[in-house]
Amino acid sequence: MKILVCITHVPDTTSKISFTDGNTKFDKTGVQYIIGPYDDYALARAVELKEQHGGSITVLNVGEAETEPTIRKALAIGADEAIRVNAFPSDAFFVAKQIASVAKEGAYDLILMGRESIDFNGGQVHSMVGELMGLPSVSPVMVLDIEGSTAKIQREIEGGKEFMELDMPFIAGCQEPIAEWKIPNMRGIMSARSKPLQVVDPTDDGVQADVEVFELPPAKEAVKLVDPENLDELVNLLKNEAKVL
Amino acid sequence: MEAVANKSTLKGGEFLIKETSAEEVFIPEEFSEEQKMMAAATQDFIDKEITPNRDRIDNMEEGLMPSLMEKAGELGLLGVSVPEAYGGLGMNFNTGMLMADIIASSGSFSTAYGAHTGIGTLPILYYGTEEQKQKYIPKLATGEWKACYCLTEPDAGSDANSGKTKAKLSDDGKHYIINGQKMWISNAGFADLFIVFAKIDDDKNLTAFIVEKEYGGITMNDEERKLGIKGSSTRQVFFNDCKVPVENMLSERENGFKIAVNVLNVGRIKLGCGVINGCKSIASEATNYANERKQFGVSISSFGAIQTKLANMAAKTYAVESASYRAGQNIDDAIEALIGEGMDPSKAKLKALEQFSIECAIIKIHGSEVLDYCVDEGVQVYGGMGFSEEAPMARAYRDARITRIYEGTNEINRMLIVGMMLKRAMKGELDLLGPAMAVGKELTAIPSFEQPDLSAPLAEEKEVLKKLKKSALMVAGKAAETFGPKLNDEQEILMHIADMLIEIYAAESTILRTEKLMNLYGEDGSKLYQNMCKLYFHEAVQKIKNHGDEAVACFTEGDELKVMLMGMKRFTKSTPVNTRNLRRAIADVMIRENKFPYSLYS
Repeated sequence: MKILVCITHVPDTTSKISFTDGNTKFDKTGVQYIIGPYDDYALARAVELKEQHGGSITVLNVGEAETEPTIRKALAIGADEAIRVNAFPSDAFFVAKQIASVAKEGAYDLILMGRESIDFNGGQVHSMVGELMGLPSVSPVMVLDIEGSTAKIQREIEGGKEFMELDMPFIAGCQEPIAEWKIPNMRGIMSARSKPLQVVDPTDDGVQADVEVFELPPAKEAVKLVDPENLDELVNLLKNEAKVL
Repeated sequence: MEAVANKSTLKGGEFLIKETSAEEVFIPEEFSEEQKMMAAATQDFIDKEITPNRDRIDNMEEGLMPSLMEKAGELGLLGVSVPEAYGGLGMNFNTGMLMADIIASSGSFSTAYGAHTGIGTLPILYYGTEEQKQKYIPKLATGEWKACYCLTEPDAGSDANSGKTKAKLSDDGKHYIINGQKMWISNAGFADLFIVFAKIDDDKNLTAFIVEKEYGGITMNDEERKLGIKGSSTRQVFFNDCKVPVENMLSERENGFKIAVNVLNVGRIKLGCGVINGCKSIASEATNYANERKQFGVSISSFGAIQTKLANMAAKTYAVESASYRAGQNIDDAIEALIGEGMDPSKAKLKALEQFSIECAIIKIHGSEVLDYCVDEGVQVYGGMGFSEEAPMARAYRDARITRIYEGTNEINRMLIVGMMLKRAMKGELDLLGPAMAVGKELTAIPSFEQPDLSAPLAEEKEVLKKLKKSALMVAGKAAETFGPKLNDEQEILMHIADMLIEIYAAESTILRTEKLMNLYGEDGSKLYQNMCKLYFHEAVQKIKNHGDEAVACFTEGDELKVMLMGMKRFTKSTPVNTRNLRRAIADVMIRENKFPYSLYS
């Protein structure tokens, strides 16, 4: 089984977010980068599926050279080889086109990625890749088992769970509890260096979206506690302060 | 960034009489991407397996600690420094230091890890026969077997060679029969393998044995009820006619004390280095709490009194880190050089560690005392909550205390530092006499009025550092001249001299790292490091002056004392710095980042 796992290179969840150049660029100073947490689940499940069924894992990232340590971490966790599309991942459609282009070449049985990245949280790439490749795409996938050429999937839907079966190949946007994050073991880290990491040029499709300005959400205000006996005050606050009634 | 440290030609202990350039020291920022990834993976292991289970660990839940050790083994954490031929990763000494550093924040687990990978595994690795290594090391490197180290006895602690445990050859000559009692044995409760030190018949010196639990004749008392590291198994172990095959003797008869001492040398430096991540996590917790805790309508982190504590934690930790990896790399370089000369790798490691045993002892003392500072002030920042078991500081405070005691008490180590310096001088291995005499001459000569150019960054600190070394040489030289071989009995004076040497090494390492970082990040980009360096240096100068003044007043009087005190004044003279501003600047970064002010491994 050939598995392609697409990973994002995103700021650590504890990073302080700020912007430069008149709020048009993300300030990378002092920011540590990680594999997108949802992508990390996808990778962990891929490693488990490979253990169960054999095969190989290719990890794919659309990013500039600075993403290579993140890619090598994925290799340390258990991917066999890596491809980096040498381009800034400017928008979801651009990234989806790059993934589709690589994926068409590789004839993968499974294309896994996180349900969304945690920088822009678009959550669009999996369905775009599906559309571009003419393959089904499912998200958010919480259970993924393979039997023969069929996958058994569980995903969360409004108000419940959906169980489905579908034939490979397909694209899955993954989230917990599909697998537990894997800590790379020391031997994996040492062997990551010798695993192939191929750098390819992007398809020449242009970037379609551009950032005009970044804005931080308003700071959270302090929580007001209202005594359960004092309903009048609650109504008053909801009406006059929060203005939701 | 790859390691770019030029090889230092400095031998162990020579830091006191020679200068080192920034290019010669290794700094942790230079760890390779691979080593940093290993550190990050180790941190992930702590976050996932240790931190959520701290209470269960400290309650000694049956089977939990050994299962955590096995998980660490699966990740390869137990075999980082074990050669590949025996199932390890064969990484260098400094990578092993890095592992000890990161594991440090895991409290009780850290002790179990250290006892297993250090004193439990290394005696076989360094002194075992090929058969012994093949038989035992792979099992230890994977965590399939856990090891412990049985040296201490009820009446033989710091004086380890006075142990009473006996080994007697069986009538058929096939076994040694071991009888005796050992205490404070870390990992005893779940160990499969015991490194046991005993005297054969009426030998003067100890002999070491590899004892499998399966051999029988091993019983134990209940777990000790301890002040801290409550989750680490610590028991008394009794050997009652324990039959050990003769082939399980480790090294030669009566070589046990040497094994014990040499293995403790490794443990020592790793223990010193093995506080760093603990200090960082305490500083981070304290900063976070100080930011959240509001009094008088503001976060307590806005108060100078709290900022002082946070900044001190950061600067001191920065100093331990600078000194640890500098020494670690020196040891690696020495190992490589000795192997290059044709020495067997195990012997080379021991020899290199012996060469740097002064630095090992310095780092053990310095690290454990910085950790104690951090936990103490950590409790204080938390105020009343610091005293509650609901907050993390109470446990940290208790867990830290052991580090000043085990692997050689800090008092024993202080005496070793000076003792080893003087011994090497006597043997002609370390030229202390020449520099000490030059300092003596300088004392009675008219002071030079030449003003060195101090315009370069850190130039003044480096100039003062040269003089600090002179102050230590002056005090040590005078003490040696006054007492001769009886200096060994003057423990108070030895302690003062040791403290001077510790501060000199730490301060110098900090300056050299900072200089290197200034070259890497530029003057502006390295402001934080400069501030921590200046703050640490200022404190080191004060401490050196205090210890020196007190020491000379212990054994000189009248005019001689006046000359000595004048020397101390001259050699510790430095421009006052505005410590308030330095601390505020450091604390500002911590408060903004809500954690320890810099991170090396994501």
